[in-house]
Amino acid sequence: MSPYFVELGPQSLWYLLEGAGRTLWLGIWAIALGTILGILLGCIRTYSRVGAILLAPLIDITRSVPLIIQIVLINSALGISGFFWGPFVVGVLVLGVYTASYTSEVVRSGLQAVPDVTKRAGRALGLTGLQNFVFIIAPIAGRIAFPGWINVVLGSLKDTSLVAVIGYVELLRASQIVITQTQEALIVLAVAGGIYFVMCFAISAVAKRVETMQR
Amino acid sequence: MFGSYTFDWTPVWNAAPELLYGAYVSLQIAVLTFLLGSAIAFFLALAKNSGRAILSVPANAWIEVSRNTPCLFQIYMLYFGLGAIAPSLDSYSSVFLAITFNNAGYMAEIIRGGLKAIPPTQTRAARGLGLTAPRAYLFVIVPQLIPVIYFPSVNQFIWSLLNTSLGMIVGLNELTGVTYSLQSITFRTFEFFIVTAALYYVMVKIVTALGAWGSRVLLPNATKGERR
Amino acid sequence: MIVLNNVEKRYGSLEVLKGVSFTVETGEVLSIIGPSGSGKSTILQCMNGLEPIQGGEIIVDGVSVHAKGTNLNTLRQKIGIVFQQFNTFPHLTAIQNAALGPRRVLGAPKKEAVERARVQLEKVGLGDKLDHYPSQLSGGQQQRLAIARALAMEPSYMLFDEVTSALDPGLVREVLETMKLLAEDGMTIVAVTHEMAFARDVSTRVAYFDAGNIVEIGPAREIFANPAHASTSAFLSHIQH
Repeated sequence: MSPYFVELGPQSLWYLLEGAGRTLWLGIWAIALGTILGILLGCIRTYSRVGAILLAPLIDITRSVPLIIQIVLINSALGISGFFWGPFVVGVLVLGVYTASYTSEVVRSGLQAVPDVTKRAGRALGLTGLQNFVFIIAPIAGRIAFPGWINVVLGSLKDTSLVAVIGYVELLRASQIVITQTQEALIVLAVAGGIYFVMCFAISAVAKRVETMQR
Repeated sequence: MFGSYTFDWTPVWNAAPELLYGAYVSLQIAVLTFLLGSAIAFFLALAKNSGRAILSVPANAWIEVSRNTPCLFQIYMLYFGLGAIAPSLDSYSSVFLAITFNNAGYMAEIIRGGLKAIPPTQTRAARGLGLTAPRAYLFVIVPQLIPVIYFPSVNQFIWSLLNTSLGMIVGLNELTGVTYSLQSITFRTFEFFIVTAALYYVMVKIVTALGAWGSRVLLPNATKGERR
Repeated sequence: MIVLNNVEKRYGSLEVLKGVSFTVETGEVLSIIGPSGSGKSTILQCMNGLEPIQGGEIIVDGVSVHAKGTNLNTLRQKIGIVFQQFNTFPHLTAIQNAALGPRRVLGAPKKEAVERARVQLEKVGLGDKLDHYPSQLSGGQQQRLAIARALAMEPSYMLFDEVTSALDPGLVREVLETMKLLAEDGMTIVAVTHEMAFARDVSTRVAYFDAGNIVEIGPAREIFANPAHASTSAFLSHIQH
């Protein structure tokens, strides 16, 4: 680490960019985990009544307790159980489950939005239940769920900033460190905000392109 | 799980008054920032829809920044950033203003979505009667807007309550902040945070229940046939 | 009296009104007929200042509608307008719809506003539907409600903008009957309409409008019996067969 009280310079910018890289790295893993798990949970909640009842508390709690508390709590629970996995793994885990909870909701409403006639038309062609799901229902539900999923992705990417509380130095924590060194709060935060904005804006823009291509 | 760890709930129990006061601070910030943010949001939505660049460009900037950066960043900006050009804000004001800023941006998009559901001919009919533009909004547009935006607004209020937990990071003594300082004295992190988690859960459930009750009281026409 | 003097209206490069001039005398019923999309409705929306104009002027009882100092809200109090789409307010009951204007524009006490609304609703035959919401009314009833709402302001003029075009054929008659009743009461009416029977039998004068201008204007019977212009007779023969 650089010494305290330095001038704002290229090394500060580089430090911020490293932080941005860690924000993205954490975000990608959490979103990947959350999406795969979320699709799975969404299907279970749609097609299994027992599954839906068993999963309800998980979905309910992840959405009713602040994420920052979920992070601290799981980190502490793992700690007192003797698991010291480090902030990155714990961050991916908690943010991943949190993302999965929201994704499962989007997936479920996508699946429910597929019209019954369409489902029946697939079966009438002679497709098996599984084939009907893979070739007909899933693609249609996917298109319906896509914009909602993008919103979840954007939310999770921004929420990576909360993993700082258990010591992960992502973009926002990195900017706080640079501020302490340089005392140039406004410029440093403007850069950090700009990076978040560009990341989110780029994802929205790509998503819009994908949506129009699907039509 | 938890191996040989022995739970000690006594410190949590003793801290009940502090925790409840923290919960009160959280709720207070959530309610006030939601009301203030919604009022600003109404004007942001109108400004963005106005088609006049002098109004729509700043409104759009507000909406996009509030939605495309983390709420915690918005708090930092006021708590650390603003000090460079103006007198620095204390943690309460920073959190309060940042969450208001955030709510306003999100609520503006909710209101804009609601306005799209109201045919533009309604404004025309109201103006045709001789109502001034503000009165046309007050008596014709807003009453139709409320049922459309009601449930998204309840959700946004819950968000604003959950977002108050970010106050902990700048040392604000809302529920999460109080919990954090108490656990750092007693080292009973798990016990304190699980109780706090339960408190948030209960608050969210109460808000949800009040929201459902409010929808029955406030939206009596909701069941009176479908809209055209 | 409403005077239109060389009124011009453009949407970008599209010229909708190309120097329209005519006069509406007090107590007369003027029907404006012509092909769809020719700009007929725009004339009405300019008359009460809902649409700005780019040239010429419109004078209502000596007041220039589009002049800078004109208080449009005061002006609109004496010009009622009913639109093609049922513009009833869905969150208000019939009586609340009709009382809104007197209450909130004229500032009448609630009791008086409601009374005025009730009188007009009875006049248009909705006396038994006072507490119904628009969603509980048929299209024809909604359109009559819109008429009663405008009448509750006790206007000097009524503008009807293709008020039967969006109705099911079976519901057209009740609305036309209501309009006829108003005409017989001596209300000054300007109606843009596709109902030729109404234009011929109820109106005192008819204006044929095409491609942004009045082609001819005159007593109803004359226009229908001996149109002076080839385009008028082509339109009439096309629409009547």
